[in-house]
Amino acid sequence: MNMQLVTGNHAAGQAMSLAGEANRNARGVVCGIYPITPQTEIVEKVARFPFSKGRVIPVESEHSAMGVCIGAAANGARTFTASSSNGLAYMAENIMVAAFYRLPIVMAAVNRTLGPPWNIWADQGDSLMFRDFAWVQLYCDTSQDVADSSLLAFRIAEDPRVLLPVMVCMDAFIISHTSMEIEMASQEQADQFLPDCQIPHRLDSSRPFTTVGMTLPQDTLSHRLELDEAMKRVPAVLDEHRKNFNEVFGRQVAGAVSAYRTEDADRILIASGSLSTTTRDVVDAWRAKGEKVGLLRIKMFRPFPVEQVRRICRDAAKIGVLDRNYSAGTGGIFCHEVRSSLQGTGDQMVQGYLAGVGGGDVVPELVHEVVEDLTRRTRAGEPVWQGIE
Amino acid sequence: MMNAVNPQYEREDCLLRPGNTNCGGCGMSMGLTLLGRALEGETYSMVIPACCGIVTAGAYPTTSYNVPVLASTFASSPAFASGVAAVNELNQDPDARKPRVICWAGDGGTYDIGIATLSAAAERNEDLIYFCYDNEIYGNTGGQRSSATPVGARTTTTPGGKGEAKKEIMEILAAHRIPYAATLSIAHPDDFREKIRKALAMSGFRFFLMHAPCPTGWKTEPAESIELVRLAVRSGIFPLYEVYDGTDYRISMEPDGTDPEKYFEKQKRFQGQDIDLEKVKLAVTARTERLWKLAGLSQVDKAASAYSVNKPPA
Repeated sequence: MNMQLVTGNHAAGQAMSLAGEANRNARGVVCGIYPITPQTEIVEKVARFPFSKGRVIPVESEHSAMGVCIGAAANGARTFTASSSNGLAYMAENIMVAAFYRLPIVMAAVNRTLGPPWNIWADQGDSLMFRDFAWVQLYCDTSQDVADSSLLAFRIAEDPRVLLPVMVCMDAFIISHTSMEIEMASQEQADQFLPDCQIPHRLDSSRPFTTVGMTLPQDTLSHRLELDEAMKRVPAVLDEHRKNFNEVFGRQVAGAVSAYRTEDADRILIASGSLSTTTRDVVDAWRAKGEKVGLLRIKMFRPFPVEQVRRICRDAAKIGVLDRNYSAGTGGIFCHEVRSSLQGTGDQMVQGYLAGVGGGDVVPELVHEVVEDLTRRTRAGEPVWQGIE
Repeated sequence: MMNAVNPQYEREDCLLRPGNTNCGGCGMSMGLTLLGRALEGETYSMVIPACCGIVTAGAYPTTSYNVPVLASTFASSPAFASGVAAVNELNQDPDARKPRVICWAGDGGTYDIGIATLSAAAERNEDLIYFCYDNEIYGNTGGQRSSATPVGARTTTTPGGKGEAKKEIMEILAAHRIPYAATLSIAHPDDFREKIRKALAMSGFRFFLMHAPCPTGWKTEPAESIELVRLAVRSGIFPLYEVYDGTDYRISMEPDGTDPEKYFEKQKRFQGQDIDLEKVKLAVTARTERLWKLAGLSQVDKAASAYSVNKPPA
């Protein structure tokens, strides 16, 4: 067992590099890289990795980092990169192209507050702005989850039933810079888990085509429909490859959602990323008092696990959603998705809590306040801003 | 989803196939034809950003291009192409010919929105051949000013004529010390072909600037496109030259003293009461003299800056 004490950044950089190296018998690996706090260590790690068939291209901007990945993936290579915050915003146009070209690019997104004001701390508003860009999004809760999800991401992205890019997200500093003991994959395991990257629509001189010229509305509609269908195949593909992961690594990797003590819960807290690990401890404390409180951790935001949310929340009277992100004037983004998932299932109360927006610490006391509010509350209201002094 | 070649029109070694929807007299289209001929026998793919060059492909599901074309975002063609070229290199069969990667971009994508990406790819000396077809205008959006628009030219966003000089993109590329940069004119196909063959024999970042008449934007007669760019070469408005390693300037064709007026008078974009053609001519002279100095052909120092159109009035 290869135990290592590593940060989330190290976990992502190492696991993605192993995945890149695993494609050495196919068309190799190419990464366009550009630094930004707090993900810089990821691309530094990638730049140092001794790929036997690969090239890491340090470019002049995030926009070009994704541009290099698009060109390389279009030519059949395995590709990945990393970014954060305003870097992701600057990359936005090419992030969209990666998905709309159906290129299986993997990107580590270290969730950092969008500026201004300039702030380097955790907030998911950066990657969540791409919720409508046809990327699969996984929000990790530990360095182990980052390492494992990074490998899983390639398997999902490159699956011929999917062929969509995947974003592996983690909270700035809380996960990216905190060392945890994890089991790191070996190269042999990565080789065993990941088949050669096959991109069926890659550039091919024997079959000249243009990707993609002017397209009329009717054909564009078909394109969007295909994206939708691919996205809908992700949950089953994810679970299939989690089984494969388990066979190769002998451990579980979290799926789209993880339910914790929800079976008989009358109150369920929903959280993602590092908020979910803090919330789990708070749930234990309330359970110790005999209170029926549970946690639903949402790892996969796109496609949104509608069915699981409906099933797990079915018997709970009150749902409290913790969001470390917000959409101005309307509240937390996960909360919106949960509300729309539960539409028509009954009259459950769904209350939103903005916790740690802009990077503030979400300590257990703050989550206790959420449970207290939820317990007292008889009807849902405006989102509650936690941590306002 | 991709646009495929209609087999009915498939021809050997024909880059731009019949049936495209480009304007009559389009310099870019003629450039593509010359490029295709110069690249006969080569295996290559193209990266084309948002511009008339990608509209040329036509409507899905067909394409006018007979080689694989990756459409890129406006600013990104050198970045996309760097990725394509890197994979080619990783998979190069030592016994096979090297596949080429070609960027084909307009002056908007080159001089303006894409210049950071272009500069970075040139600085990294990526193994690419980059073509800028310079029609001195944002042609695809109907003719707005670009930084390649010459002083005095009317565009939809400079209705009284542009007040500033054309950006010297060749000097910017030369400052990157790339192995090869050259200007091309569709009026001189032999020179065009010879320069491309030279570039093919090299590796690293190679840059071409091609003067591309745009009858729609320049308000010119389509039938006169080639004559126009010929006049541009002869009068020194668009000099043909090469730059090796960013420092070694070589003139390909010396101007024959043709009056620039002949070039201007054929174009409605240079006509209007606000346009000071004398100022335009001085700019041409200054550019020519500077180029001659760079090529070591003249010792006459006429202090080119005295002619600079951007110089504030004394």
